[in-house]
Amino acid sequence: MAMKARTLGRHFRESFKSVGRNSWMSFASASAVTVTLLLVGVFVMIMMNLNKVADDLEKDVEVKVLVELTADEKMITKLEQDIKNVKGLETIVYSTKEEELEDLIKDFGGKMGLSDQNNPLRAAFYVKASNPQETEKLAKQIDQLPNTYSVEYGEGKIDKLFSFLNLARNIGLGLILALLFTAMFLISNTIRITIVARRREIEIMKLVGATSWFIRIPFVLEGIWIGILGAILPIVIVTVLYINLYELVQPYLVGELFNLLPLTPFLFQVNALILLMGIFIGVWGSFMSVRKFLRV
Amino acid sequence: MISMKNVYKKYPNGIVAANGLNVEIMQGEFVYVVGPSGAGKSTFIKMMYREERPTSGDIFINDINLATLKSKRVPYLRRQIGVVFQDFKLLPRLNVYENVAFALEVIEESPKVIRKRVMDVLELVGLKHKARMFPTELSGGEQQRVSIARSIVNTPKVIIADEPTGNLDPETSWEIMKVFQEVNNRGTTIIMATHNKEIVNTIKHRVIAVEGGLIVRDEAGGDYGYES
Repeated sequence: MAMKARTLGRHFRESFKSVGRNSWMSFASASAVTVTLLLVGVFVMIMMNLNKVADDLEKDVEVKVLVELTADEKMITKLEQDIKNVKGLETIVYSTKEEELEDLIKDFGGKMGLSDQNNPLRAAFYVKASNPQETEKLAKQIDQLPNTYSVEYGEGKIDKLFSFLNLARNIGLGLILALLFTAMFLISNTIRITIVARRREIEIMKLVGATSWFIRIPFVLEGIWIGILGAILPIVIVTVLYINLYELVQPYLVGELFNLLPLTPFLFQVNALILLMGIFIGVWGSFMSVRKFLRV
Repeated sequence: MISMKNVYKKYPNGIVAANGLNVEIMQGEFVYVVGPSGAGKSTFIKMMYREERPTSGDIFINDINLATLKSKRVPYLRRQIGVVFQDFKLLPRLNVYENVAFALEVIEESPKVIRKRVMDVLELVGLKHKARMFPTELSGGEQQRVSIARSIVNTPKVIIADEPTGNLDPETSWEIMKVFQEVNNRGTTIIMATHNKEIVNTIKHRVIAVEGGLIVRDEAGGDYGYES
């Protein structure tokens, strides 16, 4: 049987009244939701940006192939051809030993007195894999080719970053899960108080033939309102925090290898997640407490 | 229209409250259920509106078997049954009109129908002029009349009353009986558990006596049969 609009109006009125009547318990539960969602919001903000940084860095992983000093131009051309034939290669750039020296001097701000000495550096190829995950495989294959002195790539660094991210994610998730349960428990306690206060009403509703859903909906709505109330502050804080952080940090990251996530759509996504979680906590909390009382 | 066949009820604590009940009640009957305290009267009554479920046996109301009725269907059964209690079970925050209307609101009746039906039953129980008063402003007898009005507003075929005069003085009890009599005259079956010897012996109806979970006596126009 479809619910009539009039009935829905009644449920809304009842649930609003109930939140107001138990204002202190509602406030306590909403606060628990606020704390939980705030942590969720900040955590998601950090994790998503760390992921972004990791992705950016990963895209930039390149293999530096140092050429044997003994190799002449012909051998170097042959080597370039050999490298190009390796599967999974995306780009290859050649840099002479003079160019290498210039780069090095530039990196050290020209303070090194190497320019008047004999150039000790080797010519190099900078190679990128089409799939960053395959970088290691690619590097090893290139290492087998003749006239390579050595092959350098971000050995293990990226792996370490990823395992750190995973660890942080797991700890964060565990923390959030614990908080979620606390918030749900508090909401279900609030709803339970409402139910006890309205036990007589529920009893009469059952006796005159109200369906379980008719009885349940106002309590579920009450849980939703508490969840939404609890989500307001985290949404505001996360938004303000991220906008400020972004404006503070982003200017320094121009031209760097990695970037923060742009304000949109990231803020919309995080805030939608916070709101949905608030509603979810509210619905689940009220379901847990109504279930026991509704057994006919 | 109401029948019990070999109904047993054993509670988890081991008490056997129904030990093979067999009974048939026709549409429009007025039945007293009597017996000492703890004899199984309450269980007998509660099983009829599916507050309790029999351990074995069948209970039929209008071809619905309450013994096998799914919990989900119970609300729809309850809409065909009116219940009246010793303690009235009125909502203190609602006035007389709202208390009666509540029974129709929760089954999603339209406001127009609600208004008409509520005023009709309040007239029947003689409380139309007190529609805006709150339960605490009424006497016990008036409160019970409100609760009867609520039980019949849904036009059920059966009214089940559990000691409806238990909290009322003798004079008020007679008033309540008049109301039940009026409702019964309109064709509604009434099943009333009672300890009131005088009422049973004066307003003669069928009497079912329950003792030790068994029907020990069932006679039309019978007496109360116990010292009260």
